[in-house]
Order: sequence, then structure tokens, then C-alpha cells
Amino acid sequence: MAPTDRKYLKSHEWAKKNEDGSISVGITDVAVEHLSDLVFLDLPEVGKVLEKDQPFGEIESVKAVSELLSPVSGEVTKVHEDLADNLDLLSASPYEDGWMIQIKPSDETEWDQLLSAEEYEKIAHEE
Amino acid sequence: MKQTPLKKIHEKAGARLVPFGGWNMPLQYRPILEEARKVRSEVGLFDLCHMGRFEVQGPGAEAFLQHCLTNDLTKIKKGLIRYALLCKEDGGVLDDVLVYHAADEEDRFFVVVNASNTEKDWNWFQEQKQSFDCELRDRTQELAMIALQGRNSAKVLQEITTLDLEGLGYYKWAPGKVLGFDAEISRTGYTGEDGFEIYFPVAKAEETWNALMEKGHPHGIWPIGLGARDTLRLEAGMSLYGHELTEDINPLEAGLQWAVKLGTDFIGRDALKKIKEEGPKRKLVGLKLEGKRVPRQGYPVLAGEETVGEVASGTYSPILEGNIATAFVPRDLDETREDLRVQIRNTQAKARVTPLPFYKRNY
Repeated sequence: MAPTDRKYLKSHEWAKKNEDGSISVGITDVAVEHLSDLVFLDLPEVGKVLEKDQPFGEIESVKAVSELLSPVSGEVTKVHEDLADNLDLLSASPYEDGWMIQIKPSDETEWDQLLSAEEYEKIAHEE
Repeated sequence: MKQTPLKKIHEKAGARLVPFGGWNMPLQYRPILEEARKVRSEVGLFDLCHMGRFEVQGPGAEAFLQHCLTNDLTKIKKGLIRYALLCKEDGGVLDDVLVYHAADEEDRFFVVVNASNTEKDWNWFQEQKQSFDCELRDRTQELAMIALQGRNSAKVLQEITTLDLEGLGYYKWAPGKVLGFDAEISRTGYTGEDGFEIYFPVAKAEETWNALMEKGHPHGIWPIGLGARDTLRLEAGMSLYGHELTEDINPLEAGLQWAVKLGTDFIGRDALKKIKEEGPKRKLVGLKLEGKRVPRQGYPVLAGEETVGEVASGTYSPILEGNIATAFVPRDLDETREDLRVQIRNTQAKARVTPLPFYKRNY
């Protein structure tokens, strides 16, 4: 089940507000399961400016490459550098240890456009 | 979309089903790489009901097939199986097939074709049949086809068949009883392992599958999807239509001259003879890549700064623990060059030419 303490994109990224106002981003268990056999992860560098719904990286499995889309606009403030060498973290803990980047959001109104856990679940299970 | 008779079993086993060649087929039951390793180490069971299967029967069957296929039909004695290409006049490949000569009848053959080409091949065969004295039957939907692949295959299959599998050589086939009903068994496969393909009435599909899963349990059997099948065939250096073969690729550049017998008469022979005399313009090579990114079909191959070719198939190889690809490059490319690279979207991976196949079994 998708945790209710965060919001989602229908392309299977999650976004969680941190206490310092930054937003952590990762991908859902549904995405990890669907990708299967992960082999490569490409994340941006700190300082990169992202736009909502635009790619911030790529994740690659044996059979496919998928773009990772940013749930909000803003600047990358932190990158989970070790994740690319520990892709198992994504299947073991997609919502906590498998976080990918943190963003300092530039447009607070974008948050409300994201899907709730319930809305995301509905879409994810229709696929 | 056509459904395999084993659909319910796949769904129950938690398979992910995907459209493939007009059929809804299992892509995977578990992670693809684990499935591929399973077939290399023990044994796997594959649903191949999507593969097209035609029967050709009659006094003119051999002459008709010789007219259509690149291999020498006179060498395919009763009970033998050979790989062959179906070519157009210009030598481009319509499909690659296995031809089976019946064990007990001089005038009966069986042709197994790619699912995605079944309709095209059927129409092509109909067009070419003209005055040849034989009948063509599409048996795809009345026969089930499953494969057992891996070093433990014979042990598992022997438990449910009376056919002596030890006496069945590679690329041979024979009729035999499976669970008491009539079936035909070939020692063939698309994985590089020892193994069998079994053809039998579609009504027995579930019963046979379940029996093999049960008897295979002590031998480590898993059901295996098309994802792992593709990885295994590429490691074993086997062509996949749509990748190493298309209507714009001829068998000589695809490295399949061993299946083209220019001394026989078949559609496309004259064109292929000319290509052989002049030398094909490009060749298919195997590549081993550095890095973690997987090469995929269509990615450019560079020599120095120059784009010289493109990837036909690519995958992560669990047996080699690295990324591999097949690629078409110019015939005169120096294979020892150390500045070969594959463009993988915004990055480049160093590549070395390596002989095909990437993997050969040692038992």
C-alpha cells in the first residue's frame, strides 16, 4: 500500500514533505515491482534545477529504460549517492531507504496538484 | 489477442502476461535474471503455444519446402530437424524456421515459425505452393507446444514419457507417449542448454504442464517467461527475428551461411550467390560492454568518432555478469580495435568484439 504521509505522480514517483520544507522524491513499490531486474540508476547533481513533470533521471531494468519525473519544480539539494550501487534498497525499502533526491520547491502550489495515496492506488491498480 | 491454453495456470503462478506476436504470453513469473540463471543451473519450463506450426504433407512436400527454404532438404532425413531461412527473391529474410522431417513418413514435414510472422509465412507458403503436390495445414491452435530447458530436462521429462530420451540425439525428434497420450518430442531449444520441445493435443496442455512442474520439483524446476528466454538465446548467440534478421538483412551478413546451401534451388538463391561472390557489406558481431547501462536495439556503434553500425540486440548477461550485444558493422571493420563504443543515450560505453556465441554449455 502507498503510504498516506506523501503524494504521488501517476508515473509512480512519490513526494514527501520534510520538516525543513524540502521534498524527498522516490518511486513506489508498484514501480519497482513493475520494472523488475534493475541494473542502472542515473540521478542529477546537487544544484540542478528541475521542472515539475520533467525528467530528473533514468532508471533502467534488463528489459526497459524509464525516465524519472519530478513531482515538483525546484532545486536539487541532496542526492542519494549510494543508491545507484545499492539498487536492492529500492525493492527492500522504496519509501524510506530508497529515496532518490531532495528538492527545495520553488512553487508551493504544485503540491496540491499531486495525487493522494488513495488516488494513486486507484490508478496504479487499474494498469 | 490469442490466449494460450495455459493462461489460467500462468495467472495462478503470478505471471506478468504481455502481448507478443498477437498472443498474450508470460513475460516473467519471477525476476528475469533469476529465471535465466535457473535455466542455466537446473531446469525451466516454457509455454511456447504462440509459436506458429505448419504441417506439410504429400508427395511434393520436400520439393515444395526446398523451393522455399535455404537449407538442403535432402540432408534432412526422417526424424531429423534443421534450421533454415525463408527468403525473398532479393535474399532478405522473411523468417527463420525449424524444419522437422517426420520420423515415420517420407512425405510429412513440420515447420515451426516465429509467432509474429505466422500469418505472413502462411500467406507466403500459400503463394509459393502453386503446382507442388502437397497440403499445408496450420496446426498452431490445435497443438500445444512447451519446452523443457536446462541440464535436468531429460531427468524430468523421462518421468512422464515412454520415449527413450537418452537415445534421442540433438536436433532429432520422435513420436512417443506422454502421460499415456500421443505426443512428439524434439531435442531442441532456444537457450543454449540441453532440452526438449514437446508437441501434443491442446486439450492436454494443463495436465502436461502440471505433471512436469510436479515431477520437476525435486530437480529445481521453475516456469520461465519470454524475458529470460530472450536473455538466454542472446547469450547462446541465437538470432531473433526483428533483431538479427529482418526483410532488409540477408542471412550471409547475419552470420548464417551455415544454413544457406547455395547448391540447392530456393527462392533468393541467385541473389545470395551474388552477395556471396561480392562479399556481404556488413557483418554481425558480438560485443561485450563496460559499465552498467544496457545496450538496446538501434543504439549506434562508434569506432573512434565515426558511427559505423548499430546494435541488433542487447541485454545484461547473468552468466557473463556484464552487458552484451550483437551489432551490425562494416565487413572490413578491424575487430581488434580498442576504440569501439556504443552510444547509450547521453553516454558512451566501451565495447570489445567477442566471438559468438557468448555462452556455450560444457556438458
